[in-house]
Amino acid sequence: MATDERADILQGTLDLMVLKTLDAMGPLHGYGIAKRIEQLSGDALQINQGTIYLCLVRLVQRKWIAAAWGTSDNNRRAKFYEITKTGRKQLVAEAAHWERIAGVIGRLLQLDTRR
Amino acid sequence: MWTALRLFSARVAASFRHAELDTDFDAEMASHRAMLEEELRRTGRTPEEARRQARLEFGPETQLREAHRDRRGLPWLDTLAQDLRYAIRLLRRDLGFAVFAILIVGIGVGASATIYSVVSALLLRPLPFSEPERLTWIANGGTVSDGLSGQTVPVGHYQALRERSRSFADIGAYMAFYGAGDHTLTGSGEPERITTVPVSPNFFAVLGVAMRRGRGFTVEESRWKGPPAIVLTDRLWHRRFNADPAIVGRKILIDGDPVPVVGVLPASFDFGTILAPGTTIDAFTAFPLSPESDKWGNTLAMIGRLKTGVSLEQARAETGVLAPQIKKRDPDRAFDLQLTPLAEHVSGRLRPALAVLASAVAVVMLIVCANLSNLFLARAASRQREMAIRVALGAGRRRLIRQMLTESLLLAGAGSVLGLLLAVAGTRVVSHVTAFNLPLLDRVRLDGPALLVILATAFVTGVVFGLAPAVQVPDVAVGGALTESSRGTTSTRHVWLRASLVVSEIAFACVLLIGAGLLTRSLLRVLDTNLGFRPDHTAALRLTPAAGYTGQAGENRYFGEALRLVRAIPGVEAVGLTDALPLGRNRSWNPGAKGRAYSRENPPPDSFVRVISDGYLETMHIPLLQGRDFTEHDTDGSKKVVIINQSMARALWPGENPIGKTAIYLDPEREVVGVVGDVRHLSLEEASGLEFYLPSRQTTDHFPMDLVMRTALAPEVLASEVRRALAPLDPSLATNEFRTLQSVVDRASSPRRFVVLLLASFAGFALLLASLGIYAVISYSVSQRQRELGIRMALGASAGEVRRQILGETFRLAGLGLVVGLPVAWALSRSMSSLLYGIDATDPLTFAGMIATLTAVAAVAGYLPALRASRTNPLVALRAD
Repeated sequence: MATDERADILQGTLDLMVLKTLDAMGPLHGYGIAKRIEQLSGDALQINQGTIYLCLVRLVQRKWIAAAWGTSDNNRRAKFYEITKTGRKQLVAEAAHWERIAGVIGRLLQLDTRR
Repeated sequence: MWTALRLFSARVAASFRHAELDTDFDAEMASHRAMLEEELRRTGRTPEEARRQARLEFGPETQLREAHRDRRGLPWLDTLAQDLRYAIRLLRRDLGFAVFAILIVGIGVGASATIYSVVSALLLRPLPFSEPERLTWIANGGTVSDGLSGQTVPVGHYQALRERSRSFADIGAYMAFYGAGDHTLTGSGEPERITTVPVSPNFFAVLGVAMRRGRGFTVEESRWKGPPAIVLTDRLWHRRFNADPAIVGRKILIDGDPVPVVGVLPASFDFGTILAPGTTIDAFTAFPLSPESDKWGNTLAMIGRLKTGVSLEQARAETGVLAPQIKKRDPDRAFDLQLTPLAEHVSGRLRPALAVLASAVAVVMLIVCANLSNLFLARAASRQREMAIRVALGAGRRRLIRQMLTESLLLAGAGSVLGLLLAVAGTRVVSHVTAFNLPLLDRVRLDGPALLVILATAFVTGVVFGLAPAVQVPDVAVGGALTESSRGTTSTRHVWLRASLVVSEIAFACVLLIGAGLLTRSLLRVLDTNLGFRPDHTAALRLTPAAGYTGQAGENRYFGEALRLVRAIPGVEAVGLTDALPLGRNRSWNPGAKGRAYSRENPPPDSFVRVISDGYLETMHIPLLQGRDFTEHDTDGSKKVVIINQSMARALWPGENPIGKTAIYLDPEREVVGVVGDVRHLSLEEASGLEFYLPSRQTTDHFPMDLVMRTALAPEVLASEVRRALAPLDPSLATNEFRTLQSVVDRASSPRRFVVLLLASFAGFALLLASLGIYAVISYSVSQRQRELGIRMALGASAGEVRRQILGETFRLAGLGLVVGLPVAWALSRSMSSLLYGIDATDPLTFAGMIATLTAVAAVAGYLPALRASRTNPLVALRAD
């Protein structure tokens, strides 16, 4: 079904986005990550903020990110996530993979217009 | 791969920490929402608006919590745990049902595993020798009815075969006429009688048995009057010599003579359990392979090891050619070679009995499954409301089926744990039982494949009896079930299924009952047969002349004195001597009638020879039909006499009075002075052959003698009395080979009793289950029809009529079961006819008896519900909902 497919793509890209966010911005709590992704995607991804945690729990289990309780800048207790070395490696691989796909599709689309 | 494994283990770990992780996530969600709220408040919303908006943006919390739990743990594990907890709670409420189910699954699984272990040990597992499939039993062509003499060969023939055969790497032999307790072991303890088997020097090598200590026999020791040597079994070495490490080379006293011990066999080698079930073999000696021992006639049993690559067929072809050649050495001696794989010879004849037991236990398992299926169906029916509620609350069909399967697999699992314990106990009991003359029984243990059988049967029972009601579950009209009475609806298919299950149970029980009945009657017939002698109140003691009593004269003096002394013991009614107790070893000669013309084409018949003293016939209550018994006066120097049995009289002197006639080929002739009744010597089931008796005072050519006493004294008392009475004659008398004749007879029937015992218990168990099945079904049907019965009684039906109606249903069920079961039993009993004795496979009495039993049991099972039905108070029934 269409929503399932979209959910899968979502999951894949969400992983990438979370890793990139953590890589670029350093340790963040769940709210921070969700807000950042919202900003990045420009509200194109209409997901509930809570679903970020489903993604986060998988990333923690794969040891691509690590979680620890800490205090936010507003002196609030929150769980912070940090990218790990393996996570960084995964990010590089994933980014390369997407770029390759984008390149191929780009060339494919260009093929059509050349006609 | 490693990431997948790590992921899996992380998820497993998480599923055990649900509570803790839930709280953690709750805190995280709260913190997130709080931050979101704060953000929204900063944009100008009121606190309530901010909170509401935060909640919206965040998403549904409960669903998120569930999704988080699913994502981080193993949802199927959680469901399983939930199902199990629920199942346990339900079963605890219905404890009676649970206990019953576990019990019958346990008994069924335990019985299957035990029987499988027995079959495996006796038939499937290879013999405990190296490369046992190449070992062949080589026998002279006689059948079992020809006795030992018919199956053995003389030394010369054995040596010739060994030399000439190209198919066998080597052929070993042992002297088959050893007797239990033939020799005495003295020194280093009480004098005791031991059983030794004389063997060829290559015997152990052929079997592939490596000595634990020392060596086997040399060719030198196998010469005529060669140096004495003895090889001990591990058991004797431990028991008598305390596992003395310096045993090799030590001299021990056998029959008064010092004999050096040259070797000790490993504990794994048990000659008795393989080739002589029921006998304990203590040691081995070297049999002299020489022209002198060749003269003794048929003495050796042979075991050959086929060369690699040679098949049994090829060996058979070769022996087919060799046998006539070898026969030329002694053309008058019957000689023919039959080859059978050793495993076949050892336990082949048990195959039919074990097949019956294995099938019986399979039938028991089927009945267990049917019974449990029935019970579960009944429970499912009463749980329909619960099922309807669960369906209404959103449970899918698969979920409900999984729940039912979890319950039934839980029961099957608990039942198989019980079954495992029972099987361990059962195999231990069987392997320690020595009262049955079955080979290889001490090898029975619960092994890997048996364990797999247990697990497989548990799984299959779980699936089979869990499946039937689980399949029924979705057939629930939710609305109807919720509003219907607590009894639930009775779908006709449901009722039909239960009834057919009970019918199948009855049919199975019928088959088992008839099988057990036929075998029990066969056993009774066997036990009832006229053996030709009376084994009650009779005991036998092995007696050999003490040192100094040599030759015919010495023997006569010793035995005469022994007889006199024992006869004088108060309480001893009669005493006699014999060299061949019934159901023991035997040997045969070929005496003929004087005046007849015998030739190679028309030889005198084989007859079993027994050497007895005066008084033996009376002691054994062997009826004297004509003439007289031996007396003290039939001794060395007086006329040579012989007593023959009835069959021999008919064979040699048909239609004539044999008294006074002369029998020839009996060194050289003897006069017939008496005719006695036939004795069943070979086995309880077989008619005796031709037998003749020689007076012990007139011959020394006999096996070691047994002193037989008829007395009312208890065996222990008798043993000590005899030892005391014979002390002046023989102070070092060993009395450990003291046995009652009744025990000998019981032993002979023990394999049959073993099978009957097991089969009868299976049949009893099956009958119990079938009756419980009937009770359950009829009971349920009555409870379903309360309203209908109430109406009938209100309209005037009497209690008796209602009872009759219910009983009628019961008999209909039973009748159907019989209709299905009887033809099957008929067919199967015919395949069992090799095990029967004295009755046909279609014995009408047994069939009628079992039909009556089943009908009676069904009547009893149906009577209680019938009584309950007839006691229905119409008012209560009509009001009930």
